[in-house]
This record gives sequence, C-alpha cells and structure tokens, in this order.
Amino acid sequence: MKKEIEFTINGERRKLIVKPNELLLNVIREDLGLTGTKYGCGTGECGACTVLVDGEPVVSCLTLAVAADKKTITTIEGIGTSENPYPLQLAFVETGAVQCGFCTPGMILSAKALLDKNPNPTENEIKQAIAGNLCRCTGYVKIIEAIKLAAERMRGRKR
Amino acid sequence: MVKYSYVGKDVPRLDAIEKVTGTALYTGDLRFPGMLHTKLLKSPYAHAKIKKIDTSEAEKLPGVRAVLTGEEAPYRFGIYMSDKTILAIDKVRHVGEPVVAVAADTEEIAEQAVELIKVEYEELPAVFDVRKAMEEGSPLVHENLSEYKHAPFVYPKPGKNIANHFKLRKGDVERGFREADVVIENEFYQPQVQNVQMETHTSIGQWLQNGQINVWTSAQSPFAVRHLLGVGLGVPLHRINVVVPYIGGGFGGKAGLHWEPLVVLLSKKAGGRPVKLVMTREEQFYTTAVRQGFYGRIKTGVKRDGKITAMEILYLWDAGAYADYGVNITRAAGYSCTGPYEIPNIKCDSITVYTNHPYGTAYRGFGHPEFHFATERQMDLVAREIGMDPVEFRLKNAAVPGRITATGEKLREDAGRVDECIKAVAEAIGWGKKEPKQVGGKLRGRGIAALWKAPAMPSFTSSSAILKLNEDGSVTLSISSTEMGQGTPTALAQIVAEELQMPIEKIKVVTKRETDFGPYSWQTVASRGLFMEGNATLDAAKNLKEQVKATAAELLGVPKEKLVVAEEKVFVPGQPDKSLPLASLATAGIFPDGRGIGGPVLGYGMYTAEGLTNLDPETGQGLPALMWTFGAQGAEVEVDPETGDVRVLKMASAFDIGKTINPTIVKGQIYGGIVQGIGSAFMEEFIFDQKGKLLNSNLTDYKICRAQDIPDEFVFIPIENPQLNAPHGARGVGEHPRISIEPAIANAIYDAVGVDLFEIPMSREKVWLGLKRKGERK
Ligand code: FES
Ligand code: FES
Repeated sequence: MKKEIEFTINGERRKLIVKPNELLLNVIREDLGLTGTKYGCGTGECGACTVLVDGEPVVSCLTLAVAADKKTITTIEGIGTSENPYPLQLAFVETGAVQCGFCTPGMILSAKALLDKNPNPTENEIKQAIAGNLCRCTGYVKIIEAIKLAAERMRGRKR
Repeated sequence: MVKYSYVGKDVPRLDAIEKVTGTALYTGDLRFPGMLHTKLLKSPYAHAKIKKIDTSEAEKLPGVRAVLTGEEAPYRFGIYMSDKTILAIDKVRHVGEPVVAVAADTEEIAEQAVELIKVEYEELPAVFDVRKAMEEGSPLVHENLSEYKHAPFVYPKPGKNIANHFKLRKGDVERGFREADVVIENEFYQPQVQNVQMETHTSIGQWLQNGQINVWTSAQSPFAVRHLLGVGLGVPLHRINVVVPYIGGGFGGKAGLHWEPLVVLLSKKAGGRPVKLVMTREEQFYTTAVRQGFYGRIKTGVKRDGKITAMEILYLWDAGAYADYGVNITRAAGYSCTGPYEIPNIKCDSITVYTNHPYGTAYRGFGHPEFHFATERQMDLVAREIGMDPVEFRLKNAAVPGRITATGEKLREDAGRVDECIKAVAEAIGWGKKEPKQVGGKLRGRGIAALWKAPAMPSFTSSSAILKLNEDGSVTLSISSTEMGQGTPTALAQIVAEELQMPIEKIKVVTKRETDFGPYSWQTVASRGLFMEGNATLDAAKNLKEQVKATAAELLGVPKEKLVVAEEKVFVPGQPDKSLPLASLATAGIFPDGRGIGGPVLGYGMYTAEGLTNLDPETGQGLPALMWTFGAQGAEVEVDPETGDVRVLKMASAFDIGKTINPTIVKGQIYGGIVQGIGSAFMEEFIFDQKGKLLNSNLTDYKICRAQDIPDEFVFIPIENPQLNAPHGARGVGEHPRISIEPAIANAIYDAVGVDLFEIPMSREKVWLGLKRKGERK
C-alpha cells in the first residue's frame, strides 16, 4: 500500500507517493536527486546521511519517509551555494576541515543544528554534537575549529 | 633563498567548496539510464567446497536481469599475485566471500533473488593462525598456487600456505650476536583491521555490445584498474575507459582492482545495461579487503655503549584468503625491516601466509605501522636492558645521510634527517624534564618512536601530466592521480602557479579522472603523488613555457633565452614593448600581417622513478626507495591505575618533508593519520568466532575514533631538508603520521605505569591485566 506524503524540503513543497517501508535517505537521494546526503552504513552508525527534520538532526537511513510527512527537511543543498555559502560551509573551507568530503554534509548539518540552538558552544558541546558523525580523514581537529569559527562569526564577533 | 608566491602558502583546497555544498559527485551519486543494482550471495563458511549452486528460482524472479556464478567468470585478477577470481570457484576461502551475484532493476529485487539461490557446501578444515598455517599438514588455502601468475619479485612456496617469502641478509648475524654484550628477543602482534573509508567500495560497469567497456569506480588508480581489468578479461586496453570521480577515502583499500570486473561481467550478461554495486558496510568489513594481521619476532644484539650489532627478524603476515597486495606489503616491510637505523648485520624473513580470514590489502602505511610497533617497542626494551636513555639510544643508531640501510643503500646527502625529527619530538613532549608523574590519582608517562617509509612500488613506475593553455590565458592541468581527500591536486595547482608565476585562480585541475583522456599514472598510493605527479607537473609547466617562448621569440624578434613567462605574459624584462599576453598564443601566434605561427599549446611532462633497482632474491640487497620520509612521534599519556583506562594528552610528530607546499593540507594529513592510529592503538580489531566468522562487522561493535576520542593536544614540527630531485624538495607524508602511533603510546604507557604491552589493540582490559600482574609480582 503506497502512501502519499507531503513535505517541505530546502524550502520547496513536494508531494510524493512512497512505499510504507521506504527510507527517507532513498527518497532524498533517488527520488529527489539530492545526492549531497550520503550512504555510509545504512544502520545509523556513521552520520553520513544526516539531514535536519524540523531543525533536528536525524539519520535518514533509519528514518521512514512516511515519518517526514508534513515536516520540514533541510539537506546540505538547502543551506547554501558556492556563490552564497552558509557560514559553516565557508568555515569548513577556510580551516581545512574537508578532506575526502564524504562525511562533510552530515557533519555540517549536525553542526548547524547545534549552532541554531546554542550559538556559543564549548568544545565539549561541539564534540558531543558531532559524536554521531564519523570522519576517517581529518581526525576532527579542523572540523572542531571550523565549527568554532563559524559560531564566532555567526555571533557577529569575527568576520 | 627562493621566494615563493604560492608554494608554502595556505591555498584553500580546490575541491572544498563543492564538497561543503553537497555538489561534489562520488561514484554512488552517478545515474545512468537503465542502470541495474547488484546484491551478493556470500559464503557462510571460512573454508568449504561448493558442491552445487541452484539459481533457477532467482532467475525467474521478475526484474532480475543477470545472475552470475564463478564458473561463468573464470578469470584471475591481480597486480602482484593473481590468486583471486571475482566470485568463488569450486571452493570458498573465507566467510563473506561472494559466490553468486545478481543484477536487478532494484536493490530490493536483487536482494530477494539472492535469498532464492541455493548453494550446497561441504565444509573443509580451516586455518586461522599464521604459525599453524605454516606447519606441515595444515589445510591448504590454495592448492594451485604454482599455477598463479605473479610479479617477478614475489616468491611463493607452492604446496604451502606461503604466497611470498622475502629474504634479507646483510653482514653476518651470527658474528653480530657474538659481538653483542646483550641479546634480547621479543614477540609482537597486531590483529586484522579495516580501512573504514566512509564511502564503501562502489563501482558501475558497462560492457556494451560493441565491445566497449565503461567503468565508473571509487578506485584510487584508474590506470591500474584499466590494465588489470584488460589483462584479466583479455580485452584490449583501448576498449576500456575508466572514470574516477571524487573518492570518499581510500587509505590504500581502494588501490589496485576490486569489484570492477564483477559489474562489468554482470553488465555483459544483462545485455550491456550499466550495473552498479555499492558495498554495504558489513560487506566492506568482510567481503572486501582488510589490513593483514601481523606477528613479529625480533632478536637484537647490542653493545653496552648502545651500538646495535645485529638483528634477526621474522615477520608473518596474515594475508587471509588472497594475497594479491599482501605479497608486496610483505616485501616492503621486509626491506624496511629495521626501522630508521643503521644495523651492520641483519637476517630478516618476511612471509605472507594464507589463512581463511578475510583477505588483506594495503592500508595507510603498507605494513609499516604493524612492524614499527615491533621495532620501536623493541628499541625501548633494548635501551632499558642496557640502561640507556631511549632517545639517546635511537640517535646513536639513527640512519642519517651517508649511513647504510638494510638493503645496502647509502643514504644520499640530501636524504631526510631522522635524528632531527627525534630531537624535535623529544623536546615537544618535554623529554627528560622532571614533571609530576601523578596527577589526581592518575599516572602520566611519555614515549617516543621513530619511523621511516619509502613508496613501495616497482622500480620503474611513472607519472605524467598535461597542462593546456586556454584561449583566455588560463591553464588546465590533467593528472591521473586521484583526489581521495589527500589534497594533492591543490598542491599541484600551487606548483603550476609558482612555475608560471600566475594567479592560482587561473589554474584548473581536472577533477574527474578518465583513462581515455588523462595522462598515464601508475597508481595513487604509497605517498608518491606529490613527488611523482609534482615532478611531472613541473616538467609539463616547463614544456608549456618552452612552447610559448618559441612562438613569442619569432613574433617579438628576440632570442628565446631572453624571454620570461610571468603574470600571464611572455616578455623581455625591462622592455615593455617586447611583451605578449599568454592568451594571444593559446591557439596560435599571429604576425601583424595575419599569418599564423605555432599552434595550440599543450605542455606535456613526465617523471619516472629514478635509481631504483630490483632486490636480490636471496639477500634483499639493492635500491628500493625513491625517497625515505623520516619521522618521529611522541605521546604523553595518562593512565588510570584503577581501571586501566588510557587517555592521550598529547601527540607530537615531526617529519622531514623536505618542503611544505601547503601547510593546512599537511596538517590535515598529520592529524587524520594520528587519529586513525589512535583508533588502532586502543579499539580497532577484527574479532572472529572459532569458525572464522567476523563478529564485529558494523561500526557499533567495531569502533573507530569519534570526536571525543582524540588527544587533547597535537603538535606538529615540520622538518625541511629538501631532497634535490623532489618538486621544490618536497617528500610524501600521506601515510607517515599513522605509522608510529602505537609504539609511541605503548612506550608512554610503560613510562607511566611500568606495564609492557606487546599486543595491539591496547584495550583497557589489557592494560588493567598488566597492572594486576605487576601488582602480584611485587
Ligand atoms: S548511512 Fe545513515 S548513519 Fe550511516
Ligand atoms: S573528510 Fe573524509 S570522512 Fe571526513
């Protein structure tokens, strides 16, 4: 039994017919073609598939698409572009927080959820916020630095 | 002193903006019309005969387009040892080995089809321990070893589970041990682990009915894929095009060839439709390749004054079921076996052993993290025995320029300086300073470990580069070393900007690698990219300048030698009227009367490894190293004597990288490598049941470092003694930060609590047991 769902994704309203067991990750990547959201494990252990649902970070590989009905979803494509990057995106570029880039979209979205709630996080709070996002390349050092820098800029202290 | 405009500067990575906006494409993001999806039926047994395969039900399922078994794919693939077929034939050799593959309209249908396949097995006795596997009468993993093709520098022992036996003999060990005042012998162990790239292996293959093969894949080395695929399938290379987009981490695990033949063969069976395979995370752990397990035994003879007189070394490598890469790791570890020291008398045997574990491959460091755990622990244990300071002991034996390595190579005058690295790290961790050992009930200690590594590759490998001058005066660089996170393309853009004295914004490095168009490169491995692609790129930039100058000389009526290329112009310095914009020469130069001269400017450059030789099959003597990157790493740890919990307070590292091209990218390599090493030091380990089934094939049970697990402080000291034949003097450092983490930490743990560890990972439990035993001895 397929089900019709409707949500707002990156500011756009979408209506879709999905199977009841369809995963949000597949809908985002396959049906909507938003491939910035990555598959890293499919079991909720790596965070590569992180998206924001009503502002909360969720692992889309463990979220049913039907659970996103009537919700607001943000993926990496929805927060900034190369012409007009979101401060976190720019900070990741400038500090060197990106290597292979596979963890990056999920990492940035987890960081965004943190900064939206807590504009002045401690280093420990940052580490906790990205605890579910694995990165095999960077050793996290520059990622933490990038989140701190973006937080400062977003608070308006530093340009 | 050279003045640099771009080299040595923090140029932001070229690929970063695409990656932070989610627009960077990886293989898994590609879509093609009619694309099919693959699922695998895998062996539940570590060693079993395949008696019967029944795929009839699966084939009937609507939406199934191809079902492939090993019998239909009787091709052997390999770069150094062609011991592997893409699906098991006749028998399975490890749990997780693919037996049947299904391509279907959706993953779901493919999965259902796999469940409908029936395979009958007859279990065979299996072998899991390298030392047992070497015993007479052990079950054989490969009965037909003698028939496999292999590289000439690999020495298999048919009739035994030995895929390669590398021998090194220097001087006379027996005499060396007689001369020694003290002889110390120890054993060390590292388990199998996995690279855990965040992107699992992903490939798309298409075998068109006209014979053309197209592959899109997450492979580190497009030309190696093309070559190995062509040789394995017997297809001419010009009929194969391999495309590599961005790669979500490689760390060696995506070098050589992996699942490309499988998707290509499935496509052929499905009438030429593109076929995609994305490894699940579970498959990434036990179906695709892993890092080999390691057992080492080292006997060291030393004089009371600290001079090492002899080393006898045995390294056994648990290659698992297949050893295509394992054989070369064994060799590389064999010729580097001593670590960065001059030892007059050496006997080393480094042996690749087949078992029924998942099969081994390259993982950042290529055997060096494994054996450096042994050699650098041994250095501390020997120093203690003769009552010498471990730093002083290392310095005394250090392989500095002019000294002789294990293979008889005299280190060049412009080789890196391990002694400077050791001293820098010692200072950074406060070596020799009296500091309180006990802080709030916890005990602190410091440890140090040195290292060296050269690229492990055939002696004649090469790279090339193409630099195209565009009509607006910008340039486009094509290289075939891939971008998997290491940042080499950005460093190469800096090298071009420097050589052409051109704004970096005007330089593009092609992001997609494609064998039909790109210049040849052997592989993106071994920390060789910056050195080899760097030299090829420099050569291409020089060639481009030559072409531009030749045309400009005619147009301006000046001798070529007077011309300089800079600021997007070619000109005679001090003569403003003798100047032409590069843009005006891109397609051809034009005389005032309209005649054309010259032609489209395409700089070509190449570099072939210089001065390397084969190693003697009996003694291992010869020249294996294009460059040695030397280094040292130091740890400061805090141990909780109640629980055995170890926290790394500080990791300091120094590497002689010759010249820093991009400081931020180098630091990224250093921090990332260290944290990978810390994962392996404390938590990463394959755990099997008695039947060889991996018990922790997911990221909950096999943990890698999270943000909370990193050291409190990182110190990196770049040492810059340039190597004259390197681009701007720069040596590779991609793997090195990951090499000596385990021994530095183990040595620090001893310093803190007096517990000697010989096995990785150094889990809380092992430290606690060590503390308990020590308590009992007292
Ligand atoms: S893919 Fe969803 S957490 Fe890994
Ligand atoms: S940058 Fe590669 S996994 Fe994070």
